[in-house]
Amino acid sequence: MDSVKIQKLNKSYQNFALQNISFNVPEGTVVGVIGENGAGKSTTLNCILGTVKPDSGVLEVFSKSVSQLSETERNHIGAVIGENGLPSNLNVKQVGKMMKSVFSEWNEGVFEKYVTKFALPAAQPIKTLSRGIKQKLMIAVALSHNANLLVLDEPTSGLDPVARDEIIDVFYDFMQSENHAMILSSHILSDLEKICDYILFIHKGKQIFFEEKDALYEKYGILKCGVEDFEKVPKNAVVGFNRTQYGVSALVEKEQISSKYPLERAEIDDIMLYFLRGEKL
Amino acid sequence: MNIFIGNSDGKPIYEQIYLQIKNAIAKGELKEGDALPSIRALAKDLRISVITTKRAFDDLEKDGFIVSLQGKGSFVAPVNREIFKEELLKRLESSLVEAINVACELNMTDEEVFAVYKLLKEE
Repeated sequence: MDSVKIQKLNKSYQNFALQNISFNVPEGTVVGVIGENGAGKSTTLNCILGTVKPDSGVLEVFSKSVSQLSETERNHIGAVIGENGLPSNLNVKQVGKMMKSVFSEWNEGVFEKYVTKFALPAAQPIKTLSRGIKQKLMIAVALSHNANLLVLDEPTSGLDPVARDEIIDVFYDFMQSENHAMILSSHILSDLEKICDYILFIHKGKQIFFEEKDALYEKYGILKCGVEDFEKVPKNAVVGFNRTQYGVSALVEKEQISSKYPLERAEIDDIMLYFLRGEKL
Repeated sequence: MNIFIGNSDGKPIYEQIYLQIKNAIAKGELKEGDALPSIRALAKDLRISVITTKRAFDDLEKDGFIVSLQGKGSFVAPVNREIFKEELLKRLESSLVEAINVACELNMTDEEVFAVYKLLKEE
């Protein structure tokens, strides 16, 4: 079953349009959304949360149209969107109390567990907290109301490597349940590289691909060779390339490349960079 | 049992898991009936995705090394020593083919090659 199902989703703004986005988040899996700033990642995530209404397309969560979700079903979506999702004058303890009236299945015990785990200062007003601590607090809230689906926009931004690792650990714990699912966007691709099962790549409002992460590794490789050799490579195999005076490096489709050329593994970083910044043939 | 994931040998992650579990079974570190970690727990420990882990387990099951029971997890299957023996034989053969090729390049007679073999074995 799919926790999220999106087909041909469209949303136009004055100077930006999300066009024909189609993908799903199967139960038990994690989808990572990549793309530049302003590509449409947050708009897509906001559509799933129901905070942005699409112009057209299928938009389902828990097999139900997002606009038809009941209060309880909505409560089963945990979200971290933006930096300032919480009232800045309250402190951590007060946030916990407030959430009790926001979420029908608010679990104070779980929340307190995360407050301790993340070492959140209980009595300081939110506006005095660092970005990383705020981020951790929002994640703690998202995980404390019995959510089955987490929708997270840049959940690890503003966190140092140790804190990021801690958060990724918490996400893995969340995913121990087979009926849980996650969709998250991130610029820190090494985070996505670990936990994600699928990658959604959006550029200027258009979907470049939605693929299983392992399939990407199988499909693409990095070719490094001299200029003469590069001219012999079939043109349609090359996604993008960089030329320097010392040679060419290119993102290529493995299938179309003769096995005499050794290929290096293309990380998600490489794939994104060559798609967007590489020269095209 | 140790499982290490690396990038250096260019092997896909699911294949690395597949081979290491298979080797653990071959060496007897994992015995028939031993429970394997759950797919989701292993994914967490190795910091890899669930689908990658699942693929390794699916391949291990398809090739008869493990059995998965719905709701109970995965277990090491009755070990078929023949499979492992065959594989070792294949390895022996491919090593010998390489040795034969080098011997041909050196124009060595069978006796000369065998003399080297005996010498090495005594060491």
